[in-house]
Amino acid sequence: MSGPLTLSEASDKRLMPIEVPLPTAQLARKRALSEALVALALAGPAVFFLVVLFFLPVAAIFVIALTDWRFGATSLSFVGLSNFREVCADAGFRASLVNTVVYVSIVVPGTVILGLAIALVIEGGRSCRGLYRAIHFLPFMATLTAMAIAWEALLHPTIGLVNQALAALGLPTANWLRDENVALPILAVIGIWQNLGYAMVLFLAGLKSIPQELYNAADVDGADLWIDRLRTVTLPMLGPVTMFVVIVVALRAFEAFDTVKVLTQGGPGRASEVLLYTLYRESFEYLRTGYGAAVAVLFLAIVTTLTLVQVRFMDTKVHYQ
Amino acid sequence: MNAGISPSRLPLSVALLRHAVLLTTGTLILLPFVWMLSLSIKPPGEIFRASFSFWPDKLYAVENYTKALSETPLLRYMGNGVLVCTMILLSQILVCAPCAYALAKLRFPGRGLLFGLVLVGLLLPHQVLALPLFALGHQLGILDTYAALIFPYIVSPFGIFLFRQFFKTIPDDLVHAARLDGVSELAIVWRIMLPMALPAVIAFSIFSLVSHWNDLFWPLIAVRDQSLMPPSLGIMAFKNEEAGNDYGPLMAASTLVVLPLVIAFLAAQKWFVEGMTGGAVK
Repeated sequence: MSGPLTLSEASDKRLMPIEVPLPTAQLARKRALSEALVALALAGPAVFFLVVLFFLPVAAIFVIALTDWRFGATSLSFVGLSNFREVCADAGFRASLVNTVVYVSIVVPGTVILGLAIALVIEGGRSCRGLYRAIHFLPFMATLTAMAIAWEALLHPTIGLVNQALAALGLPTANWLRDENVALPILAVIGIWQNLGYAMVLFLAGLKSIPQELYNAADVDGADLWIDRLRTVTLPMLGPVTMFVVIVVALRAFEAFDTVKVLTQGGPGRASEVLLYTLYRESFEYLRTGYGAAVAVLFLAIVTTLTLVQVRFMDTKVHYQ
Repeated sequence: MNAGISPSRLPLSVALLRHAVLLTTGTLILLPFVWMLSLSIKPPGEIFRASFSFWPDKLYAVENYTKALSETPLLRYMGNGVLVCTMILLSQILVCAPCAYALAKLRFPGRGLLFGLVLVGLLLPHQVLALPLFALGHQLGILDTYAALIFPYIVSPFGIFLFRQFFKTIPDDLVHAARLDGVSELAIVWRIMLPMALPAVIAFSIFSLVSHWNDLFWPLIAVRDQSLMPPSLGIMAFKNEEAGNDYGPLMAASTLVVLPLVIAFLAAQKWFVEGMTGGAVK
């Protein structure tokens, strides 16, 4: 690197007349200025919309959370942290928070373990890989609102396939979406059904990136059985991908809304109310704007924490590689 | 090339076991789709008669689908979806590509800051912004119009990020050569950068179209007028009107809403996987 640099410096000194540096410097400055102006013109619209549609609203949500503003009212006054105090004292919000944690803690392990297992089985052989991948990925891009309606038909207490099958097998049936003990776990099952294919394709990509030499080395070391190769090579090498999948699926699970809105409206009682549904209902149905904003701030705090864990983790991964 | 975790040739019993496992999980995954299709071609009598059969004794498809299309403005919903998704995608490409080019190829003060803002925007959960955006839409007097469905998504931090990453891999020499030929900077974006970044454009387009076709949260807030509803909101309105008494047409309508994406996905599976995972999977 230092070779060509010294060479060009030497040639500069030899070839350039005394008076040239000043005009070149001016020219360079002028060129830099025009490049900056072009860049600002090109980025301008995006900057404008980013500020108006992303950053001012984020700032606004914090301000609104500190006021007693109700949507449509012309005046407002600052009330400090009383919205947050109200939210935290509200048994309904606490129920919603607990429900969300329960939902996430069913969806994340379920999605990650099943997604990994299916990816391993698909990658374990050669035939029909594309077909199996397509089938398992399908729910992830199918319109969830419409598919929730299909799930409701499947779970219908009398005409649903699930209860018919259970009855035929002599097992107890349930009114899945109206029973306060099972409504939330059932929504979590639908969440797993939807996100499993997403985890699967991320694991498939992770599996493809494991170098073949590691398996060869494991062979030499006597890892003849599939389970040995899995334990000594595959799972350790999938560590970083697994961490990524856990966080991304957790973020998606925290943002669950469609199935709750379509299937249970948070019920029965508050048994299946999750954070985003609380945010929606308080802000846009009850029009409790300040309260809704405080919920939004708390929701943002949770999601941001998760994201920072992810970013920090991805950083360490980059350092080590 | 060896198959990695498994030897390239599986013993027959293991291969059969693999297919048995995947066919079982695959069937469970497809069950809601199959049940939806099955109910959509059954007459009411057969729907309410508890039975395992997926294929009806008396085919009632024409009646159910006709009813779905005549009792609800389903085609209108889907037309709204196409219109809104197209407008969102066009404006996102129009706004994001020049910005991504500036970030990737030009030097200007504040470039690092701008890229930082894009990254922060990328990580923000959009639902948090709904309340201020609703107030903004109200101020502008555009709530309950097509504009209300479109305006929050005019710019996409993900679009800027993805295009920037791709533009950076395009050689600088190409840009210099174009400048020497007198091509303007904006023309460089449209005529050189975007065509060369076609894979990124396709992946982003799929991501954007699928997300906004499927979105329920914002349309629920932004519009009340039934004639403006996109498919997800429309199908929910249909369900609430029907109160679960007319399953056949409701399932037919659900099928029609899901169908365009499913067909597109089956036709271009690789692109969909790449687009929906944010380019994390190649």
